[in-house]
Amino acid sequence: MKTIEKSADILIVGGGAAGCFAAITLAKAHPDLSVLLLEKAGLKRSGCLAAGVNALNAYITPGHVSQDYVNYAARDAAGIVREDLLLQMSEGLNAVTQDMEKLGLVILKDKAGNYVSRGWRNLKINGENIKPLLAKAVRQGKNVEVLEHVNVVDLLQDAAGHAAGAWGIALREEAAVYARAKAVICATGGAAGLYRPNHPGEARHTMWYPPFNTGAGYALGLRAGAEMTSFEMRFIALRCKDTIAPTGTLAQGVGAAQVNARGEKYQAKYGNTTSERLYAVVSENLAGRGPCYLETQGISEEAETSLEKAYLNMAPAQTMKWRETGLGPRTANVEVEGTEPYVVGGHTASGYWVDKERQTTVPGLFAAGDVAGGCPQKYVTGAFVEGKIAAEGAAKYVRQAAHIADAAQAVPVQTPAALAASVAELLTPPGAPPLFTVDALEEAMQQVMDEYAGGIATAYRYTERQLALADKHIARITRLAAQLRAQDTYGLLKIFELRERLLVCRVLIAHLLARKETRWHSFAENLDHPHQDAAFAKYVNSRLHDGRVEIILRDLVNRSNQVKEAAQ
Amino acid sequence: MSIRIESAKCVGCGRCTDVCPGNLLFLQQRKAVIRDSRDCWGCTACVKECPQDAICFTLEATLGGAGGRLYAQDSAATLTWVLRLADGAEQRITVNKQQANAY
Repeated sequence: MKTIEKSADILIVGGGAAGCFAAITLAKAHPDLSVLLLEKAGLKRSGCLAAGVNALNAYITPGHVSQDYVNYAARDAAGIVREDLLLQMSEGLNAVTQDMEKLGLVILKDKAGNYVSRGWRNLKINGENIKPLLAKAVRQGKNVEVLEHVNVVDLLQDAAGHAAGAWGIALREEAAVYARAKAVICATGGAAGLYRPNHPGEARHTMWYPPFNTGAGYALGLRAGAEMTSFEMRFIALRCKDTIAPTGTLAQGVGAAQVNARGEKYQAKYGNTTSERLYAVVSENLAGRGPCYLETQGISEEAETSLEKAYLNMAPAQTMKWRETGLGPRTANVEVEGTEPYVVGGHTASGYWVDKERQTTVPGLFAAGDVAGGCPQKYVTGAFVEGKIAAEGAAKYVRQAAHIADAAQAVPVQTPAALAASVAELLTPPGAPPLFTVDALEEAMQQVMDEYAGGIATAYRYTERQLALADKHIARITRLAAQLRAQDTYGLLKIFELRERLLVCRVLIAHLLARKETRWHSFAENLDHPHQDAAFAKYVNSRLHDGRVEIILRDLVNRSNQVKEAAQ
Repeated sequence: MSIRIESAKCVGCGRCTDVCPGNLLFLQQRKAVIRDSRDCWGCTACVKECPQDAICFTLEATLGGAGGRLYAQDSAATLTWVLRLADGAEQRITVNKQQANAY
């Protein structure tokens, strides 16, 4: 297999919301720096925004201030947030919204020209084409080179441990890619596919988060020794049954309340944070009062027509279901269910431990968007802001870091030849056909996580004994995965994806074990410790050290009176 | 599996293979094929990209699907979704790209 060698001042890994905005920022503010963006698929429709998005869910509307958003996110996460990161992000939300509008995004306005909000922090848009608009803007950057269909596997580091680029595989060229850079921005997104999904089989990838976001960014950081935070704050989405389409459009858009099979509105019993709304459905089902619904029956014809279009702009399956069954939301309430758990820093707080410039604990490696931790509820606009901050941070680093001036020092330890040899080994036919396929091991991993690490099967609950079993089985599957061999680059991709997921699972289990309390129902429901414990008003962080997962408990940053312990 | 490729209509332009976020589509003897049908996310990027209506979105049987096929016709100003139900009836929904969602 040949190796494509590239070099740039700044390498961006991943062309989703955060990665695109980082590239756009560098094109505008730092045209003298060369930028290389490596994207796993095609820039036009990759990542979370492939299907479109229905609303911008992070915006500071008139009458509100940035601190309101910080308070909301902190409350939702029961205090386990980085308030410094959240405030900085919140302060940037409105500017990036205007930038996105200039790029062509349609945002609903009133006659006076003001944005029309949906709730106090959301704007109504037509977001079907948000990704093509971003892709187009990135391509206009004269200093930005984009390589598509390149899957990044690992970071390159110099002898002192600074980030010095990344390597991966070019899926269409049957080649390895060796990209040197003075700074790297990781914007790969979070991790899906760790747990058994709602519908194994033909519809196994009908899921909330992109099944192609396999935790590559977390894995490359962990292997490079980076510190991670809050993996145990899993995200589980409450979605429309079967289609896994968003529920916010119904709940916030038309004000539909949750009702159980008896028609009772039960939400008030459980609280109204993101995890509590999910826990409410889980609990009603366990109590025999399910299924649960969003009460849409009786909405106007006009509302139904608008909803059909809104769903076509982000999740066409839901509109199709309404039309196929002949039971639209005006006629029938919409059944809801929880998804399998994900690890994602854009909704909850899982990801790299970063400073305010979004630099990770690996010098020269920056993180933005779903892969960056401590800053939940960032959604699309928050990911834009982080892309922008990381771009500025990386630019400053490239201009100032002392070791960069000395070209002899900033040389990756990993040579192109060594990487080519490691890839060649994976492509060497095994002596005997391996017993298991990538698919079989992926299924085994998902089953372990489902049964022993709080998946759908156990209504998201787990015990320490179960977690210990999960850990043992993930280690077994990891050993089996070492024997996998591929025939082409797509086969390599599948092996790398499985390895990434297994590593994320391993670290996730360690985090779940470390938080000996239940701070968030369903997201981390520890049956051995079913209550919140003030002793765990801390971040659970981790890093790989000598091949072991080392847990680090850190004190809350900017701890303020918003964190009220044992509030329940 | 959320899509079906109607090979007779496929002209092998390859546009769908460029936009699939999972790198799942490729050309084989000038026809688009999917690597593993179970791996489709259902984002409909390929459905919207296909200029020949050769790719449609379907709801799997396990998701309550009733046999309909959903196509998309993209133009500068509108995106028209064409739903062919199992009984042959056709429904169309046109979304104006300049119009924001009401909800």
